[in-house]
Amino acid sequence: MTSYSSSNKNYSKILHETVTKNYKKRMIINKLVTVFTIVCVIAAIIPLGSILLEVVKNGASAISFEFLTQPQGSIGSGRGGVGPAIQGTIIVVGLASLIAAPVGVLAGIYLSEFAKEGMFANSVRFFNDVLTGLPSIVIGIVGYVIIVLSIGSFSVFAGAVSLSIIMIPIVVRVTEETLKVVPFSLREAGHSLGISKAKITLSIVLPSAKNGILTGIVLAISRIAGETAPLIMTILGTSLFFTGITGPVDALPLRIWRLASQPYESAHAFGWGSALVLILMILAMSVGLRFLAQRRSFKAAF
Amino acid sequence: MTSSSSKNSRYISSLFVVRKKRGDHLFYGLVIGAAAYTLLMVGLVGFSVTRGSVDIFLAEGIEFVFQSNWNAVEGREAFGAFPYIIGTLLSSAIAMLSSAIAMAIGVPISLGIAIFISEIAPPRIGTPLSFITELLAAVPSIIYGLWALFVFRFWVRDLIEKPLYDAFGGSIPFFAKTPFGLDIFTAGIVLAIMIIPIISSICREVMRVVPDSQREAAYSLGATRWETVRMAVFPYVKSGIVGAAMLGLGRAVGETILVTMVIGNVIGPSAIPTSFFSQGQTLASLVANEFNEASSDLHLSALIALGAILLVLTMGINVVARLLVKKKIKVSSGAKSQ
Repeated sequence: MTSYSSSNKNYSKILHETVTKNYKKRMIINKLVTVFTIVCVIAAIIPLGSILLEVVKNGASAISFEFLTQPQGSIGSGRGGVGPAIQGTIIVVGLASLIAAPVGVLAGIYLSEFAKEGMFANSVRFFNDVLTGLPSIVIGIVGYVIIVLSIGSFSVFAGAVSLSIIMIPIVVRVTEETLKVVPFSLREAGHSLGISKAKITLSIVLPSAKNGILTGIVLAISRIAGETAPLIMTILGTSLFFTGITGPVDALPLRIWRLASQPYESAHAFGWGSALVLILMILAMSVGLRFLAQRRSFKAAF
Repeated sequence: MTSSSSKNSRYISSLFVVRKKRGDHLFYGLVIGAAAYTLLMVGLVGFSVTRGSVDIFLAEGIEFVFQSNWNAVEGREAFGAFPYIIGTLLSSAIAMLSSAIAMAIGVPISLGIAIFISEIAPPRIGTPLSFITELLAAVPSIIYGLWALFVFRFWVRDLIEKPLYDAFGGSIPFFAKTPFGLDIFTAGIVLAIMIIPIISSICREVMRVVPDSQREAAYSLGATRWETVRMAVFPYVKSGIVGAAMLGLGRAVGETILVTMVIGNVIGPSAIPTSFFSQGQTLASLVANEFNEASSDLHLSALIALGAILLVLTMGINVVARLLVKKKIKVSSGAKSQ
């Protein structure tokens, strides 16, 4: 700000004054905003840090080999573990993601690349938003009425379909939003080379939006991995291991919910342990996906 | 701006590319199929709540909506949704209020975090911070519920509710009840804490896609950092931020289990809240609590019917909110388009 090296002292002084008058105010506003954002970060870190701290502190002492692999012992005894719940969460969430991720990304591509306007696109967009706003308990009713009642038993399949209904609109929305910000010149470059639209979308537009879409998918998976309400009505929860795609199964969030409502200290400890396992599973998935994405782009850069 | 250049390029490509490639048709079929699938899901939602609740409406007719008794015992079965409809209308007002609290606290803080990470912090601080927000966005609501139930409710009771009660308990009816920690107020604050990382990590991701040339142009004109954010970054990401906030709101309103764990779960007429510190009961949590214990088909049908009523109510709220937001965007973006 004082780095003028003009030989004309007078001119420089006038310039300096006119610039600094406004400049000071702008700098103060700039500083205020910077401070505000830092305060936001701190305000958010206190409760959020407490969650992580409590989960790690209370959860770590509950976790053992037995806890991770065995079915639950008798209620209140503090024996056994949450093995079936871990297995069930992996199966149900994996199946739901296999349905929802491709469908969601493709529908997002349709909205962003093929049909910006028009009745069909707008109604897809509208009803997609409606799906996002539905209470998850209502999604559970869908799984119950459509699948559980027709198969005749609570099942893995019903749970996976219900969770995929929650996941699809999130993936669609994030895909569309992310693709929209990809500079149009990239697509024009593709068109000018005579590349087909499918190829432009798949090998030019999608890769440049990859990180955003991946984040969206990871968010969506972590969202359904923690869903409890629809699972009450679809997979029921059991203390046994996986028996088949049409049979009931357990899941970590469901187990945590049941454990938290029991009046035993040992059950609460099991709840914290399950919470830590659930967080670690989600973290591993998130870090894994991120690592994969980064390694690919690293390779592509060379 | 983008739509006109899109028209141009479509026109140009129609001049030079005579035959569309086969892969194109296949791809188009795939994406439009996926879009249609989302519509099918909406249809399934409508079908299944109607199908599931038809029994109770056949048995009791429209009476179901106006009766007050709720008894699942065999031989004395009586199901009436009336108190719950009243309760839902009242508690959805409270829910909107608690979501409003959640949004009012959550959105500015999230936006602040996103700006700090993507525009202000050096990579050395920003990268681990963005990793942490992303990790926290991935923490499931059941864990927020667990934490709120065993840890946070005591903070809220001792640090916020008791002082408020001591100061205003006698004069303002909103603060009248003895604070217990498990109430509507706690639910609202925990919801706010839950949606902060979600909104801020989406905002950050959207801000990151803004081309650096935009920022460089602003800086080269002598703009301060904040002015760069305000003039070069915000116009790009406005719809993304609104989208992120809507996702957060949808998440807060649709949340079942977290709210069930901290709102107190009272049944009957006492579920109607009279103050911020009174325990409540949401319709969703009533369904969640009774579903596995449903003793008869009629009981089940009645619960699904409650879900159907909830569906109609939330859709109404969502549509109104969306229309309001759309109107605002149209007005504010009128100057910059084309």
